[in-house]
Amino acid sequence: MGDVRVLEVKRSVFAENDRRADALRAELKARGTFLLNLMSSPGSGKTTTLAATFKALRGRLAMAVMEADIDSDVDARAMDALGVPAIQLHTGGMCHLDADMTAQGLEGLEALATPDTPIDLAILENVGNLVCPAEFDTGASANAMILSVPEGDDKALKYPLMFEVSDVVLINKIDVLPYFDFDLECCRERILMRNPKATIFPICAKTGEGIEPWADWLVDAVRAWQS
Amino acid sequence: MHELGVVFYVIRDVKAVAEEHDVERVDRVTLQIGEVSGVVHELLRDAWKWAVRKEPLMADAELEIETIPAITFCEDCKHDYPTVEYGKTCPHCGSEHTFLVQGNEFLIKDMRVE
Repeated sequence: MGDVRVLEVKRSVFAENDRRADALRAELKARGTFLLNLMSSPGSGKTTTLAATFKALRGRLAMAVMEADIDSDVDARAMDALGVPAIQLHTGGMCHLDADMTAQGLEGLEALATPDTPIDLAILENVGNLVCPAEFDTGASANAMILSVPEGDDKALKYPLMFEVSDVVLINKIDVLPYFDFDLECCRERILMRNPKATIFPICAKTGEGIEPWADWLVDAVRAWQS
Repeated sequence: MHELGVVFYVIRDVKAVAEEHDVERVDRVTLQIGEVSGVVHELLRDAWKWAVRKEPLMADAELEIETIPAITFCEDCKHDYPTVEYGKTCPHCGSEHTFLVQGNEFLIKDMRVE
């Protein structure tokens, strides 16, 4: 038996993930690939929003998508059907993605891309959850989240961290606004209270309303990342 | 909600520190967890028991948890107050221009080793 001693560690458990996320961001910047981490609750319309976004950006950016799910590949199949290279990441029961899982996913995407058409925009569709994904830096260039009208205009009050870390908030399903007690202006104020820098786009992924300004934002963000 | 995930992170970090210090066995790990970090201690302990069993270096390691109280600061009246009791609204002046000063931490404080 050796001597018993106490080692001081004093280390944040998230420090290692943050370090790996920064390294991944630097690598993506060098490669000219903009990685968007897309988060939301289940059923907010992530996959439909992605489909509308890809349609609007076709011919303007080379795109690919990583679908994170606890256990299925329905989303990756939907993207494949649109002609967007997609890979499915299984988190194996975990409620979020971290930088290591994202890096593995990107390697998979690189294998799909041809050398003469590098990926301009890679979108990571995170696990449907408003709590855990916000706490782990994936190494993305920017974070976006979708809040859909049926979820209510009070979500920024209930899930503050998710709104604090999101550069963009898409308010989806605005076509059903007349049927819900959802105050768009009030929602906007609550989001900006949590995060004054958030850019907000009201959209309807199903009809395509509001998708153009969001697609333009993405093009500008990708070009700025690559310059 | 992601207790198992953070347990894996802790084990990875503990193994790295153990390797640096030529440790044969880890018999206790002390974590410092913020009051509003969202981690449920009971779930964390369950995940811990399940995960360390697979690690020869720390198969019986005990988990000790210290809580860091959550404190929020008010930008308008410059006072601070306990977060859990009052939430986002300052009890001194009613302002909502407040931010968390501490209470969101998840730290490995130390480990007892042989």
